[in-house]
Amino acid sequence: MAKANSLLVTSVSVGLATGLYGISFGALSVAAGLDVWQTCVLSLLMFSGGSQFAFVGVIAGGGLAAIPAAIASAWMMGVRNGFYAVAMAPILQLRRLQRVVGAQLTIDESTGVALSQEENSKQKFGFWATGISVFVFWNLLTLLGALLGGFMSDPSVWGLDAAAAAAFVALVWPRLNDSPTRVVAILAFVVAIFSSPYVPQGVPVLLAGLVAVAVWAAVLLREQGGER
Amino acid sequence: MELWVAVIVASLAVYSWKILGSNLPERVLNNPKVSRLASFLTVALMAGLVGVQGFVDNREITLDARLPALLLAVVLAILRVPFILIVLAAAAMAAALRFFW
Repeated sequence: MAKANSLLVTSVSVGLATGLYGISFGALSVAAGLDVWQTCVLSLLMFSGGSQFAFVGVIAGGGLAAIPAAIASAWMMGVRNGFYAVAMAPILQLRRLQRVVGAQLTIDESTGVALSQEENSKQKFGFWATGISVFVFWNLLTLLGALLGGFMSDPSVWGLDAAAAAAFVALVWPRLNDSPTRVVAILAFVVAIFSSPYVPQGVPVLLAGLVAVAVWAAVLLREQGGER
Repeated sequence: MELWVAVIVASLAVYSWKILGSNLPERVLNNPKVSRLASFLTVALMAGLVGVQGFVDNREITLDARLPALLLAVVLAILRVPFILIVLAAAAMAAALRFFW
């Protein structure tokens, strides 16, 4: 019983911590030109932090002209949720209709907490408790952030443009733990910056995505060469 | 209106991965090659967004108050400071620089 309680505490605190960054999402989204409702619908329906930040980031740079690139960036950014869903499927054993809900709650945090447990019942509990708690806090604090953001007439005065970039620094840094990944990050960073003057807004981020595919292919080729 | 359509379409696009993953047989995506591509893609998009949001303004390469703010963010990330504090510190740094110069 004590253990189940501590898992619940973990789930709720992960939800709170993640929710806090919903404040920055809400404020940045309004600064990017979305209204409060659009911002809240993104948190309800998209419900994936990286994709949401990518979507409003591309809109912030390019406005309505960048919509196709914003959709594509959010979509590509969401790919890892598919992998989480695959990992969670044998643990959760959901029926078809339950999957519709379970899929929506399949994000970094719910999967992370679930996979940190060993017993199946605790894995299930961790997934649902964390997923629901993140969903509740994320959406409430998105609304709060969007309302606060609406009071700031010039976002750059408040450093919100720097905050948007810093959010991605904080998200990407812990992932840079092997050299191929670092090469991907550096090349993507450079390509996105230096292609910006020459292509329409939003496209530099997609070119950065192509860098990932190119490095991935190069790594595969080198590994196959090594096997021969 | 266009923005509303974009919000809905992009949300469905992100959901498509989640629902696809929960209906696929495990062996398809549990291939190490495929999961490495997914991890590379995530890192590349994030690094690209750091570049565009930190060093580009209206399609021109620009160095301004965002640069020191991002350097601070990197230092705090190395020190494993929580996400929300990194974001707040970077915003405060850029805002302070703009206010005093």
